[in-house]
Amino acid sequence: MTAAAAIVASGFFSSSSVRTALAVGAAVALVSAPLGVFTVIRSQSFAGEALGDTGTTGGAGGFLVGVGPLWGFLVINVAAGALMELLGVQRSRGRDLATGVVLGAGLGLAALFFYLDSTLHNTSGAPITVLFGSLFTVESSTLPLVLVFGVLVLAVLAVIARPLLLASTSPELAAARGVRVGLVGFAYLLSLSLSVALCAITIGSILSTALLIGPAAASLRIARRPGRAIVLAAGLGVAATWLGVLLAYDSFEWSASHPWPVSFFVVALVFVEYLLCGLVGSRHRAHPTVLDTAPPATLGG
Amino acid sequence: MVNTWLAAVLVALLAGTVGFFVVMRGSSFVAHALPNGSFAGAAGAALVGVSTLVGLAVFAVLGALGIAGLGRRGRHDAVTALVLVLMLAVGALFLDLSSDYAPAVYALLFGEVLGISSAELAPTAAITGVCLLALLLLYRPLLLSSVVPESAQARGVGQGRIELCFLLIVALATAMTVPVVGTLLVFSLMIGAPAAARAVCDRPGRALALSVAIALLAVSVAIAGSYETDYPVGFFVGTVSAACYVLGRLVGARRRRTDDHPDHHTDHPATELVGA
Repeated sequence: MTAAAAIVASGFFSSSSVRTALAVGAAVALVSAPLGVFTVIRSQSFAGEALGDTGTTGGAGGFLVGVGPLWGFLVINVAAGALMELLGVQRSRGRDLATGVVLGAGLGLAALFFYLDSTLHNTSGAPITVLFGSLFTVESSTLPLVLVFGVLVLAVLAVIARPLLLASTSPELAAARGVRVGLVGFAYLLSLSLSVALCAITIGSILSTALLIGPAAASLRIARRPGRAIVLAAGLGVAATWLGVLLAYDSFEWSASHPWPVSFFVVALVFVEYLLCGLVGSRHRAHPTVLDTAPPATLGG
Repeated sequence: MVNTWLAAVLVALLAGTVGFFVVMRGSSFVAHALPNGSFAGAAGAALVGVSTLVGLAVFAVLGALGIAGLGRRGRHDAVTALVLVLMLAVGALFLDLSSDYAPAVYALLFGEVLGISSAELAPTAAITGVCLLALLLLYRPLLLSSVVPESAQARGVGQGRIELCFLLIVALATAMTVPVVGTLLVFSLMIGAPAAARAVCDRPGRALALSVAIALLAVSVAIAGSYETDYPVGFFVGTVSAACYVLGRLVGARRRRTDDHPDHHTDHPATELVGA
């Protein structure tokens, strides 16, 4: 007990904002784990990253209209996802360009919204809150919304998981088996948009990639099957957010009452996890991972 | 204001040129990651009290080395994303620790009309010169290894070394573009202009010239607009670049339809006859 008391600063478990932070962090980490694994397998980190950044526009707009950032993130991300699908061609290079252009336009608008925020509402802190987030400032009324959308994303993913995996690893085979590759890809992109919005409310819009990609990329350096990778990624994600919340809370004690941002701790922990998994994974290098090859046997033919 | 225009010309020149190679090589993700990552450098510079340009350059170069070191060939994707967000998070921490807060962050992220002081003009010009010279020397290998990697390898062009040089050039270009355009919108300038140019022109030389011209247009409109309306520079850069891209795609599509491209399937056989 004394050891625990030394690690956990006083009042950690009794604080309601800490409880909300832990609940939101865990829920988001669980939802983004499977999405992240698919994103890394499909090499669409850039899409996730761009969606997160474009979400900034939504966050800023949400402040402007007065509905709060989460709704802004959700609406803009889904719109941006649909637009990317519309603009993007099948070649990966063209897709990157289309993604980038949507992203640039979105960030330009975000700049304008932030400017209007600061002049109309006099809220100069909006950019920091939207871009870098803070789990401690998430209101407890946001939690049900996070849960609803989290369950929705997981439900969609559960339906499309198998065809999506096949379409991700060998599109030709999937098409031959009658999978509607385009439709499945679109459903995936929409669930990715929602999931990124959830990550954005947790650690900020431009850091959201860390929570989406980080645990998944780390787990794929060890796990050889998608199922295990998802479980491991979920564990890593929850560990990073919870430990991040704990460290940020503790930092209030040792940094002269000037707590370090919780998002910084979460991202740093995710990166450490990635490096550690690389060390562990390199011992098993002899065995191929999901990324290296996609043996049809593991895909359940 | 004269300094601002000079800086803007330099920025457009370099961003348009570097961006052309970024688009040719399909490394838009890296071009997105480095500016965002260098954000930490600018924030750190404010904390320590050195010039923003130095902080930007150091972190952008570190980011480039990190991406080159961590990424195994052909799989930069997830690593780039992670290095990027880590550096952004460090930037957030630095900002949190330093005293000046919201306005400085805002200028860094979304650009500032007077982003480059007269003292920084000389180093900015020097960086532009070095980068352009390096691109001139590497012009052929860069293009060759981006268009046909196998042939480049066969001719003994070291892929790894070329890639590293290229990353460093992008890093330096980033460092000097950020103060004017803002961290988040450098990417828009570097991708939007060359992508629009590529959609219109097929020849590398012409596309390069057009890319620089479009970048120049975007930056000029942005600075004039921002000066007049007080809206952030980034807003104009982002929207003008995107508009140019859409316009370029439309023009390119129309031209290709009338040009009777052999590998392009048109819906109307009649246009093929007209084109021939």
